[in-house]
Amino acid sequence: MSARAFRIERGGLAGACLALAALAALAAAPAFAGSANLGLLSQIFAYIALASLWNLLAGFSGLVSVGQQAYVGLGGYSLFALTMFGGLHPLVAALLSGVLAVILSFPVAALLFRLRGAYFAIGSWVMAEVFRLIAAQIKPLGGGSGASLPTIIVTGMASSRQAREFMIYWSSLALVALVLGLTIWLLRSRWGLALRAIHFNETAADSCGIEITRVKFVVYAVAAFGTALAGALIFLQKLRISPDAAFNVNDWTAFVIFMTVIGGIGRIEGPVIGAIIFFALRETLSDLGPLYLLMLGAVAIVAMLKAPKGVWGYLVDKTGFEFAPLERRIVYSLNEGNNPAAPDSKGDRP
Amino acid sequence: MEWANSILQGVLVGGLYALFAAGLSLIFGVMRLVNIAHGDLIVLAAYLALVATQTLGVGPMTSLLLIAPLMAAIGYALQRFLLNQTLGGDLLPPLLVTFGLSVIIQNGLLEIFTANSRKLQAGDIEVATWAISDKLSIGALPALQFAVAVAVIGGLQWLFYRTAMGRAFRATSDDPQTAQLVGLDNRHVFALAMALSLAIVAIAGVFLAVRANFDPAIGPARLIFGFEAVIIGGLGNLWGTLAGGVILGVAQAIGAKIDPGWQLLAGHIAFLAVLAVRPEGFFPRVKH
Repeated sequence: MSARAFRIERGGLAGACLALAALAALAAAPAFAGSANLGLLSQIFAYIALASLWNLLAGFSGLVSVGQQAYVGLGGYSLFALTMFGGLHPLVAALLSGVLAVILSFPVAALLFRLRGAYFAIGSWVMAEVFRLIAAQIKPLGGGSGASLPTIIVTGMASSRQAREFMIYWSSLALVALVLGLTIWLLRSRWGLALRAIHFNETAADSCGIEITRVKFVVYAVAAFGTALAGALIFLQKLRISPDAAFNVNDWTAFVIFMTVIGGIGRIEGPVIGAIIFFALRETLSDLGPLYLLMLGAVAIVAMLKAPKGVWGYLVDKTGFEFAPLERRIVYSLNEGNNPAAPDSKGDRP
Repeated sequence: MEWANSILQGVLVGGLYALFAAGLSLIFGVMRLVNIAHGDLIVLAAYLALVATQTLGVGPMTSLLLIAPLMAAIGYALQRFLLNQTLGGDLLPPLLVTFGLSVIIQNGLLEIFTANSRKLQAGDIEVATWAISDKLSIGALPALQFAVAVAVIGGLQWLFYRTAMGRAFRATSDDPQTAQLVGLDNRHVFALAMALSLAIVAIAGVFLAVRANFDPAIGPARLIFGFEAVIIGGLGNLWGTLAGGVILGVAQAIGAKIDPGWQLLAGHIAFLAVLAVRPEGFFPRVKH
């Protein structure tokens, strides 16, 4: 046999092209979409970012956090503090909020990583409560009742209302592109390989020389950065913040978890699909109030039990197509005829 | 003396936290399940007691005769038909399913009972106190609450180490496969554990509802108090959980004494401090 009967390819070219085309179309949206639609899209982008980062923690790293609202709120509050008392431009302040979240995430993780599994989940919730209670003690930011972003900061961002809307829209689009790009890059790198090894079997990963604690710290910090950035942009759009809104477990964690589970946990595309489904449902059913949330909870339970791979997982199983494949695949050259037992080109999933 | 009084009240509130924690600790011990809906189930029990007292005209404590078996039945069904499906090696399914359950209970209660806060009236016992000195007094209700917490934990301890049911719990906890080999039906044992857990939840719910106002949204905070009591006390040790509840109650009382806004924060900080210096808790019995 002279030539190899197979080659190893990474794939994802088609997906990357489609993603770039979508990005270009969405970047041009302010030219034709109305103000309300741009606002809605900005919200969807923020949620895709939040869900992708939660997925990075829970779906890829086994760090099931129900306390990511800590970083959403931290991002929002830092944005308000840095613009109101530091005189910074809101977008600069948003970036700094992310940096601040990274710095804080290390001591927080040092405490939380002492708890394992489900106890880590509730511990992260306690931490978010601590953040909320501290925010309620900050008198210059309105204490428990919260604060509005002063007009001078809002108009200082850009003079016209439309220009501000465009700015927030493009920032949110940049955020979602950054978060998706970052998670894909991270998961395709050595770090990603280490994460999956840890996720599948921590003891075996440890014995292979993977520094488990270090990998977890890095992933947790990356998630904190992106989540705080998303929080800053969300509250820049809302222009008003309060401890209960900023550290809300339903808005920033329950919804995010439901999106990810329904879309497909442990897959890059899952949170994107989940967020789109979530918003489609919300636009049609949100008049139902508590009943809507009740149904959402029920759908998430059924999804977890009956279709744990979610909508995207189901589609991948049916079609074999992935936008952003994370694994390398073995492609057999079937025309050589000497490997009759070769599996199909979908390759073996680990 | 004022401080002594605050701390004493904190100790007594600790009994309630231990009641929140006991059911949580029990099911984690038996089937390694962390029930995120635990706090919401406590609130559900409070509402069921409210309905019972209003429709039957009985007192809150009497209503427990109905509510505790009812919650136990709900627990058995919940475990048997839903939560058993989530048990296995993976961490996510039980966590997400109980999280979904929490959202369902909260919003279901909101839909039926609205967001208005309610309270159960227990009559004279609510205001009865024993004065130890002119500055130090013990309310009859907090004292009863603490005594019930001690009794529940003592009862659980007895059940775990002295009865056939407790033996079954310990056997499935230690090694579910072998337990099945010797004729235990794990699904049934787990369902019994959840039934017992929710019977305790009923007691906790009634005391919660008599002590202060409640509304559909307060469940998660009860879960967190119970969880903190379990971790401070040390996993797998029921008397440790009571101690954890007392430590949490005292920390909150001291925080509230300094500044009312610091009550909850002080409790959380005490928990984080324990996590920092003694992550296995004060009286651990199992490794987690």
